[in-house]
Amino acid sequence: MNELGFPIISLVTFFPIFGVLILMFIDKDAKDTLRGTAMAFALIEFIISLPLLFSFQNGTAAMQFVERYTWVKSAGLSYFVGLDGISIWIIILTTFLTPLCVLCSWTYIEKRVKEFMICLLLLETAMLGALVSLDLILFYVFWELMLIPMYLLIGVWGGDNKIYAAVKFFLYTAAGSVFMLLSIFFLYYLNHKTTGVYTFDLLELYKLNIPVSTQFWLCLAFFVSFAIKVPMFPLHTWLPDAHVQAPTAGSVILAGVLLKMGTYGFMRFAIPLFPYASHQFTPVIAVLAVIGIIYGALVAMIQPDMKKLVAYSSVSHLGYVMLGIFAFNMQGVEGGLYQMLNHGISTGALFLIVGMIYERRHTRMIKDFGGIAKVMPIYATFFMIATLSSVAVPGTNGFVGEFMILVGAFRTFPVFAVFATSGAILGALYMLWMYQRVMFQPLDKEENKVLKDLNAREIMTLLPLAILVFVMGFFPGYFLRKMDASCEHFLKTYKKQVAMYEQGLEDTGAARLAAVLEEGKLKSTLLD
Amino acid sequence: MLEFVVPALNLKAILPQLLLALTALTVLLVDVFAGKEGKTSLGSLSLVGVASALIALFMTRGSFESAYAGMLMADGFGFFITLIVCCVAFLTILVSMGYERICPEIKAGEYYCLLLFAAFGMSFMGNAGNLIMIFVALETMSISIYVLAGFKRDSLKSIESALKYFLLGAFASGFLLFGFALVYGASGTLDIVKLGKFFTAHPDTLHHPMVLGGIALMTVGFGFKIAMFPFHMWTPDVYEGAPTVVTGFMATGVKAAAFAALIRVFFVGFGPLQVDWTAIMWLAALLTMTIGNLVAISQSNIKRMLAYSSIAHAGYLLIGFVVGTDLARSGVLFYLLAYAFANIGAFAVISAMGKKNEEYSELSDFSGVGFKYPFLGLMMTVFIFSMAGIPPAAGFMGKFFIFSEAIKSGYIWLAIFGVINSVISLYYYLGVIVRMYFKESEREINIIAPAGTMIAALSIAAFGVLQMGMFPSYIWNLARESVKMIM
Repeated sequence: MNELGFPIISLVTFFPIFGVLILMFIDKDAKDTLRGTAMAFALIEFIISLPLLFSFQNGTAAMQFVERYTWVKSAGLSYFVGLDGISIWIIILTTFLTPLCVLCSWTYIEKRVKEFMICLLLLETAMLGALVSLDLILFYVFWELMLIPMYLLIGVWGGDNKIYAAVKFFLYTAAGSVFMLLSIFFLYYLNHKTTGVYTFDLLELYKLNIPVSTQFWLCLAFFVSFAIKVPMFPLHTWLPDAHVQAPTAGSVILAGVLLKMGTYGFMRFAIPLFPYASHQFTPVIAVLAVIGIIYGALVAMIQPDMKKLVAYSSVSHLGYVMLGIFAFNMQGVEGGLYQMLNHGISTGALFLIVGMIYERRHTRMIKDFGGIAKVMPIYATFFMIATLSSVAVPGTNGFVGEFMILVGAFRTFPVFAVFATSGAILGALYMLWMYQRVMFQPLDKEENKVLKDLNAREIMTLLPLAILVFVMGFFPGYFLRKMDASCEHFLKTYKKQVAMYEQGLEDTGAARLAAVLEEGKLKSTLLD
Repeated sequence: MLEFVVPALNLKAILPQLLLALTALTVLLVDVFAGKEGKTSLGSLSLVGVASALIALFMTRGSFESAYAGMLMADGFGFFITLIVCCVAFLTILVSMGYERICPEIKAGEYYCLLLFAAFGMSFMGNAGNLIMIFVALETMSISIYVLAGFKRDSLKSIESALKYFLLGAFASGFLLFGFALVYGASGTLDIVKLGKFFTAHPDTLHHPMVLGGIALMTVGFGFKIAMFPFHMWTPDVYEGAPTVVTGFMATGVKAAAFAALIRVFFVGFGPLQVDWTAIMWLAALLTMTIGNLVAISQSNIKRMLAYSSIAHAGYLLIGFVVGTDLARSGVLFYLLAYAFANIGAFAVISAMGKKNEEYSELSDFSGVGFKYPFLGLMMTVFIFSMAGIPPAAGFMGKFFIFSEAIKSGYIWLAIFGVINSVISLYYYLGVIVRMYFKESEREINIIAPAGTMIAALSIAAFGVLQMGMFPSYIWNLARESVKMIM
């Protein structure tokens, strides 16, 4: 079965479902019981996901803790799950963020607590399922399943314009993914044509050699689907709407995990399945990534709403991740992966922080604040840590990720890297400027003078994130070591495949040339 | 002098259908003789009848028999259609027993009797081996349903629905029958298997005007029953006016039966002509789903919306029909069952949304229902997501089987149009969820608590939808075996 002799991945993936079942039988008015139960399940879930981390073998790029059962035999569907260095940290991030989301919704969500917690736990299962699936259809099932609870989270507990945001979120993502589904079917068909086997097994499909022109279209479908999720410029417009309308927990999950599904999808599916097409797309992706970095930063700068500012900063940060991955060298790819985690932590923290002040003041407009640091010193400290992490100050996690990405990018495309670096400066500018306007300046609003500082629960929510900011900033080695083997393997196979395709193209090109010459010779002899 | 051979009475081949008919007659008798107290047991009696038919169906399974001189094909294909029909009938009766509180008119012996006879006809449509048999079965089914559609005697809409369905249905039957006549004239046989053999043996007759005309007329006749574009115009009015339970029955049972007959006639009878009718059906599939989905968006009544959505589903099913491989046809069977569970379930929720002599079927009535009536809301969500093809509901698996087969067989554009349509349909399906969960109720709605049978029916349907979505193996293998066993 696997290293532990125990279906640990299935347990971790489906454990939240037990929580859902238990929650269903609790009276909907017993709000604290509901919150407590959800919290307990989220915490136990985090604890049982830790063995994955501790038993993880660092030196190998192979899938670990693999489980495989037949699902629909005749159609080649299987329940095939496993994880490697690319997914392990995102999985841990997911189980880590969920209890924090429960905690931050403790008083933020007052109506329909039961349904809220059910959605949250259901979402956790869907996200974990998508991260561990190694069967394309299984992945697709979880990928779509993620939409439903998130859609409900935004639509039921969201702000004033929630319906627009929720429907937009759903339609954007679903529209992108149906074409991916068709592309998956086509792969399935191609695989059958070459090997005679019907399968959706990702590892089998990796081995497929797809003709260049076909690869282009299949890859495009995957790219669009993932690019919407990341979201890459110009497909990002759903993100600010969704973030602003979503409740805090929704925003944290959205920024922390859901967006990573896009970048993870590129690394796990799109690039290894279609290496040559990815190679062809690299310049386009790099340009879009750089545009995203700068555009996101510039738009963030002029936002009057703190939450929208953080949302646009996500566009900018995810641009870095994409740039890193598509640099196709060790620093870039690992930096990209590391930045995914950083973004989950720093942006997650920022959304929590914005949510906390919103709960007190029911406004998120920067102009409504000023001098908050005087009345809320603990809050100001956490806010500072998250801000510094977001702008990548040395000593925080953000620095490590951004630095690696830029080093990687400089090696592959120096010009883009120069532009991307300007994004780092802009990032510092908009974050610090917001911090200054909210925290310092005179405390002139009456309502702000009576604000209470963070309570114990809120401190408990932010503390783990603040600690991680520094742990990941000072000891990146522990985290990177687990990624090394998988990233190396990812790059090696990519490069090998691209070289092979190029060689193949040259060969067929040469063969065609020879054929033409031969024909010409034939004609000329005939003419003679 | 003609020699008349009395066919051997093969009861085994028609046991399930026989049980349905016998139950129908018993219901009538009980209704007459049992008096008032007996009337309450009519529903349960019908349920027992359908359940025994289901058991008989599984007991006689696997024995392929061509019975009654080829009139009947008790084969795997017929088995699966009868399975769908029995499931549909079972759920419909369960829902009806709960619906009696809201619509007292249906509390009558005739109602259950007609329901069972309609199911009887549907099942024979799937088993028919002869064109005349198809016609007789179709009429048995249709006439029962014309009456059922008009069962709310005091409601103008219901009467309008029945009349419309009857008039147009009569026309369609006429077309169908005329088509049969032309084909008979050209080939000299009405037996579907012999038709296939005839056309294989005489390829020169294939493009005879009488054959082509016959096929065209048959397409019209069947197209009417499955609500294929451009013969779909009756659907919204009829679906809206009929008692909601009957609408669910119509939308699923009739569609399954008509698709069964369509597949058998076209693939077995006109197999050699496949190239010719594929092109027409290709276009019909595209237009049916696109028109259905586009018009559904602008509906304000949920029954009308689901009527257009059922047109769109006919379009998806036609994709499987056009692709035509064994697996694609198995996909069609799977989809029909998945669709049946989801649709009956959705209509059951709508029929539960009412109080005595009043139903709430405007979309705006569903505002806030999700939290006010959590069970109904949850059930509706499951059914809606299944119809929209979102995993892990059965609709996704149905689309998966059909679309993946379309890609495999090279119908890439049809598959692309199919998924584009799925996205369009998401918009109005999500609209229902938006209403139920995201909006506050606009007017005071007080429904009477759903009956136990209603809750049971909804739970069974939801179970079916989720079971077929998450563990499709069993049904899928059943469908594949069924298609292999078509003669």
